Amino acid sequence: MTQRAAIVEPPPLDSATAGAATNAGGRRLSRGRSATSLTAASGLGLGVALLWFSLLVLIPLTAVLVQASEGGWSAYWDSLRSPQTFAALRLTVGQAILVTVVNIFMGTTIAWVLVRDHFPGKRVLEVIIDIPLALPTIVGGLVLLSLYGPSSPLGVNWANTPIAVFLAFLFVTLPFIVRTVQPVLLELEPEVEEAAASLGATQFTIFRRVILPSLAPAIASGAALSFCRAISEYGSLVLLSGNLPYSTEVASVRILSYIEGDKLTEAAAVASILLIVALIVIVILDVISRRVARYA
Amino acid sequence: MRKGAAPQTATRWGLRVLVVGYLFLLVIWPVLLVARATFAHGLAPVINALRQPEVIFAFQLTLSAAFWAVVINTIFGVGISLLLVRYTFPGRRALNALVDLPLAVSPIVVGLSLVLVYSGRTGWLGGSLEQAGLQVIYAPPGIILATAFVSLPLVIREVIPVLQEIGTEQEQAARSLGASALQTFARITLPAIRWGLLYGVVLSLARSLGEFGAVKIVSGGVAMRTQTATLLVEERYQQFGIENSIIAYAAAFILALIAVIALVIVTAFRPDKGTPR
Repeated sequence: MTQRAAIVEPPPLDSATAGAATNAGGRRLSRGRSATSLTAASGLGLGVALLWFSLLVLIPLTAVLVQASEGGWSAYWDSLRSPQTFAALRLTVGQAILVTVVNIFMGTTIAWVLVRDHFPGKRVLEVIIDIPLALPTIVGGLVLLSLYGPSSPLGVNWANTPIAVFLAFLFVTLPFIVRTVQPVLLELEPEVEEAAASLGATQFTIFRRVILPSLAPAIASGAALSFCRAISEYGSLVLLSGNLPYSTEVASVRILSYIEGDKLTEAAAVASILLIVALIVIVILDVISRRVARYA
Repeated sequence: MRKGAAPQTATRWGLRVLVVGYLFLLVIWPVLLVARATFAHGLAPVINALRQPEVIFAFQLTLSAAFWAVVINTIFGVGISLLLVRYTFPGRRALNALVDLPLAVSPIVVGLSLVLVYSGRTGWLGGSLEQAGLQVIYAPPGIILATAFVSLPLVIREVIPVLQEIGTEQEQAARSLGASALQTFARITLPAIRWGLLYGVVLSLARSLGEFGAVKIVSGGVAMRTQTATLLVEERYQQFGIENSIIAYAAAFILALIAVIALVIVTAFRPDKGTPR
């Protein structure tokens, strides 16, 4: 990156290409800002973009929070504490935590195998990792039902049980940690591991002391995404979990039945929990990517 | 073939078997079973099912909603990416984080939020829009809004890294040689980001065709009026009778096929992701 480019480029947004675009000059000289401040045309563009973004996303999501506060704090807490809603929230959060823990272990392992191991058919596995995210969620439910439902060739029938919720969450969150860890693992220098090995470190020690610390931010980002996706899941559960109150009913289904019963304030109260978790996850991801960019 | 502190063979085989077995049980086997169930009675019933008017209508509605959502997201996505990468303005960092929000929010919350604002009966804006003759909720505009909402960040996330990487030198050169802003965009910027943009469009399209939860709430799912392909799968699967079941599986198979094709396109052509080569 030349000095000239550094003058006109605004500071980078995140870790993705921070290394390429950031140098001391970029940070210092961007104070001048002559070339990066808004012109009349780009200002108009920003206005139009913000208007659309507000109409589509910001105003509707604000409406959820406003609607949730309609009945005041006591009504808000009462709707969250109603036994059926509380059971749904507990099931959702519990299973989401469990699935995230499994993903931390399996996602890191899958990423490691995809990067460090070489065997025929590995390219196919690359595609298979992303299938759960690419499939429409309702099809995802149908897919799981075929192996774990009433006509399972395995002889199990986990449909309409809490295990179905766990499986659905596990399915839809499969790619997150794999895809955040994989690029970091690709960038790791094997020389460091070789040095550790030559100094007598065991394989487990190398993994724990050398590889794991570098992967930690990526695992954390993936875990945050995975948790967030799990608690907000709906489509894959419709056909699979039976949506039985106190047993397999998750938060999203609870919101939906409130909407169908025209209880919008109660629906918004539960929705506000999911929305707040989503906001927290967005902030966590932003902080992690900035921290990684700074130390990169 | 790149780097690789080769681990001991036993560990490597153990992990390999663990990973392949896990993916086989979670993804490969179930997907194959659905494909087999779809064609359990041969090809003819499947083709026949796909020619039912309800099925054709549902796919047409899905395609047109997805088309408009992708058009809107492409224009908005390229615009906002340029603004986020090329300019500084107050709130830039917040906006950059907020555009990811649609991917993190539950589809059910998306549907509820749109109903709260655009419902003709109780919505903040819905009443006035309905008086102006535009019904949003329980009508195609609502389906397009919900679809655009859930797939909003996909174009942006693909285009921003490319814009950051190409820098501004060529654009500056074009401008200094007298090209207008529009010419610079059409001749320099657009060709440079075309692959990133294409991936973003393919991902948006796949996500749009498969959206279920948000669309279910805003559309009402009335057959031949507001029932999209994913809603059709749900309805037919839950109804009794072999015909309904064949329709559910046939529609699900087509949706899955489109998703997998989109995935293969993106995986095969994306240069910076996946295995080193």
